[in-house]
Amino acid sequence: MEAAAAWAEAMKFAHRPNPYPFYEELRRTPVAKVAEHTYVVTGYPEVLALAHDPRISSDIGRSPSGLFGESDAKLETAEAAQAKDSSMLVSDPPGHDTMRRQFMRHFGPPHTPDLIPSMADFVTDLANELLDTVKAGGGTRMDVVDDFSYPIPVSVIFRVMGAPIEDEPKFHAWVVDFMQGADVGPERDTTEGKAAVQKAATSMAELDAYVRALVERLAREPGPGLLSAVLHDEGPDGPVSHDVAAANAMLLLIAGHDSTVNTITNCVMTLLRNPGSWDLLRDNPELVPRTVEEVQRLQGAVQFFPSRWATADIEIAGTRIPAGSAVFLVYAAANRDPRRFPSPDRFDPMRENNEHLGFGSGIHTCFGGPLARLEVNLALEVFLRRVRSPRLVVDPPPYRHNQVFRGPRHLWVDFADID
Amino acid sequence: MSKDAIKANKKKPYSFDKILKQFRTRGQIVIVGASLAGLRAAEALRENGFEGRLIIIGDEPHEPYDRPPLSKAVLKGWVPADHTKLPRLRRVDAEWKLGVAAVGLDRVNHLVKLGNGEEIHYDRLLIATGTRARPWSNPEEAALEGVFTVRTVEDAAGLSAALQAKPRRVLIIGSGFVGSEIASVCRDLDLPVTVTERGSGPLKGALGGVISDIVADMMRDAGVDLRTGVSVKSLHGDDSGHVRSATLSDGTVLDADVVIPSQGSIRNVEWLDGAGLAAGQWGVGCDAGCRAFDINGVVTDHIFVIGDVARAPHVLYGYEFLALEHWDNAVLGAEVAANNILNLEVGRRAHLPLPSFWSAEFGVNIKSVGVCSFGDEIVFTQGSPEDRRFAAAYGKNGRIVGAVTFDHGKWLPYYADLIERSAPFPPPPPGFDVPTNNEVMPARFPDPREPSGNPDVVLTGHDPTDRHAEFRPRSH
Repeated sequence: MEAAAAWAEAMKFAHRPNPYPFYEELRRTPVAKVAEHTYVVTGYPEVLALAHDPRISSDIGRSPSGLFGESDAKLETAEAAQAKDSSMLVSDPPGHDTMRRQFMRHFGPPHTPDLIPSMADFVTDLANELLDTVKAGGGTRMDVVDDFSYPIPVSVIFRVMGAPIEDEPKFHAWVVDFMQGADVGPERDTTEGKAAVQKAATSMAELDAYVRALVERLAREPGPGLLSAVLHDEGPDGPVSHDVAAANAMLLLIAGHDSTVNTITNCVMTLLRNPGSWDLLRDNPELVPRTVEEVQRLQGAVQFFPSRWATADIEIAGTRIPAGSAVFLVYAAANRDPRRFPSPDRFDPMRENNEHLGFGSGIHTCFGGPLARLEVNLALEVFLRRVRSPRLVVDPPPYRHNQVFRGPRHLWVDFADID
Repeated sequence: MSKDAIKANKKKPYSFDKILKQFRTRGQIVIVGASLAGLRAAEALRENGFEGRLIIIGDEPHEPYDRPPLSKAVLKGWVPADHTKLPRLRRVDAEWKLGVAAVGLDRVNHLVKLGNGEEIHYDRLLIATGTRARPWSNPEEAALEGVFTVRTVEDAAGLSAALQAKPRRVLIIGSGFVGSEIASVCRDLDLPVTVTERGSGPLKGALGGVISDIVADMMRDAGVDLRTGVSVKSLHGDDSGHVRSATLSDGTVLDADVVIPSQGSIRNVEWLDGAGLAAGQWGVGCDAGCRAFDINGVVTDHIFVIGDVARAPHVLYGYEFLALEHWDNAVLGAEVAANNILNLEVGRRAHLPLPSFWSAEFGVNIKSVGVCSFGDEIVFTQGSPEDRRFAAAYGKNGRIVGAVTFDHGKWLPYYADLIERSAPFPPPPPGFDVPTNNEVMPARFPDPREPSGNPDVVLTGHDPTDRHAEFRPRSH
């Protein structure tokens, strides 16, 4: 199969449950051209090298591709919405570094070492309450996504950011539209796809307006949470501008919304898919942290991110990436590179030396990774401890549309009881 | 040979493999040095299936502990000095002889001689005796209360207490990494501090003059009284034997209640005098598989050496002998040595680390890969030296040999990869965050004949015509 064809297949909705055979196909050319100005990188050493290469820019505004694929497919509104996005994820140093410092001061060590650990009880209590609710319903079937995975990260990120949780439902609707429309695959050119892109652009504009209003309010009236803190920071880099606050608030709210939800679901799904591993984990909860990493390796919640491009001609793995090309670092593919991980498709909760790229690598390494790890670990622990004899009802489960933030839309599980 | 003789020969073939197998189950390994390298080697020996007797000898009375925090978190008062014990990766089932030094080696009879008169037999010996702080040259002055070198947990505990007592001024003699880090801590604790440096600037031996100038500015901006081109002639105590002042080479008399000579280290090789190994002030010479050389440069079969005290030829640096006083050199060397102790020729591995180190001072995280001091040119490759956030690469003969980052550590793997491939120097320009000054400049390492602080990577050279650094103890 040609690389371009394999990539198109991997991006098709029909293959969302399992794009991995196409990634494997692609990996035969670890750095492959798949469109006029787009290269995909699927080998582990190649992704690692390019993630640290200062000739690879993350400034999505200057990339020939973007959240909606190569530029000819972009719509004006989408472009406009995208141009406003100057979050740290899609910026280069020095701007990126400044933003990351400003936000990290109020999120992690050394300046704010206690925030993430302080969420632990909140997560555990919430996970228990959610299972209590399922139990009270009296049934023996649950949708792990809606009943369990979804509410946890969403409550946590709204709390951390200092956004009002009562706004969550409308926020959720906008994000769903965005995820549906942001399509870098062949289906974006269908009538349906074009309509979805249009809808995504409209929702993004509304989301943007909402977040900006929130920023304006917090700028006037300081409140608890990260967003207010960065707006009123008196640290060495000073307070962030309203634009920077809005762009990064959007990034962190969306990331906190989606990737962590998918990771919790992926953990439950993977354990139930592999006979014996549920019991192993239930009897040995000390294996939970390793298991979470192994699931993130196998089912990365962010498969790649279409922001990067080459600022210079780059020779790598026998391919010359011309300056100006979009470069997709496909972490999900690299994480199954047999040159790095023995038996890469095998789920092994005891895997050693599991330096996967599920949270990226280099300066853009997942900002919320430590928080996500805490949430997923605690949620999985509670689920393992309380849910008796669970089994998957439908496998593979139905998936969300988005290729980048890949995860099940529902995960129905039958169980005997909840303790 | 008769048929019978052939048959008999077949019956009892002489086999090194068999001997090796016996050694693995019944042999006796002695590790001299109970610090990071020694502990990790012991763990790796067990991990690799060694079932014989394992004896670990350490001159300090403590279980293995971690030294990097001693000049940082411990002095700041964040961590008590005795809370630095190294985590154990697995059981080692070793006999520990702590608080007793090895004082001699008898290679003919395979014996390590201890300070208490004991003699310990070994089948294989692993030398991991490391270094000690270079003491202040005048023993009477060195014995004054308030004079500290920093290497051990007792040193750090004593100095930490002295700093908490709010001395009027701290005097640090020498501006290598340890001296600079302690100066940084003193400023964090809001203590007046003077740093004297005989050479022209801090960290110059390790990073060269271009970077040294930046570090000097960092020090002065933080309020350090940095005096370059100046040495300390003598220390003076009060009637109770506490240090109170120092006379500098320019005649100045400086009041100081705490004095910290930090003038590099001395390798602990004296116990090997007369053993006929390639041991000297630069450490113990060994091959890239950690096997010690004898005094003639012939490789030994039973003696291995790792950590700060080892020096081995490095393929990336013209096979010059490198002595690396770096944390990861100890850890990685331990794993290779353990493997090679338990294997014969084809099972042996090479210890070819890409050197790396880090330092934290004046709010900046300094990290480096490769051997910067092997280079003679430098170029800023990313970021802003003015803001003290940047990456810089070092080159020699058109090849990249090292890199240093200030608060830019996440880019290091890129430079590590370039160095491992001996990629062209200067490296291609970045696509963003291009430094204002990106011209290749002389790196300005000290003339080897210029007395200076002891850089912690030392190129000792195997060819007398090669440039090589030379440490000369301070003269008075």
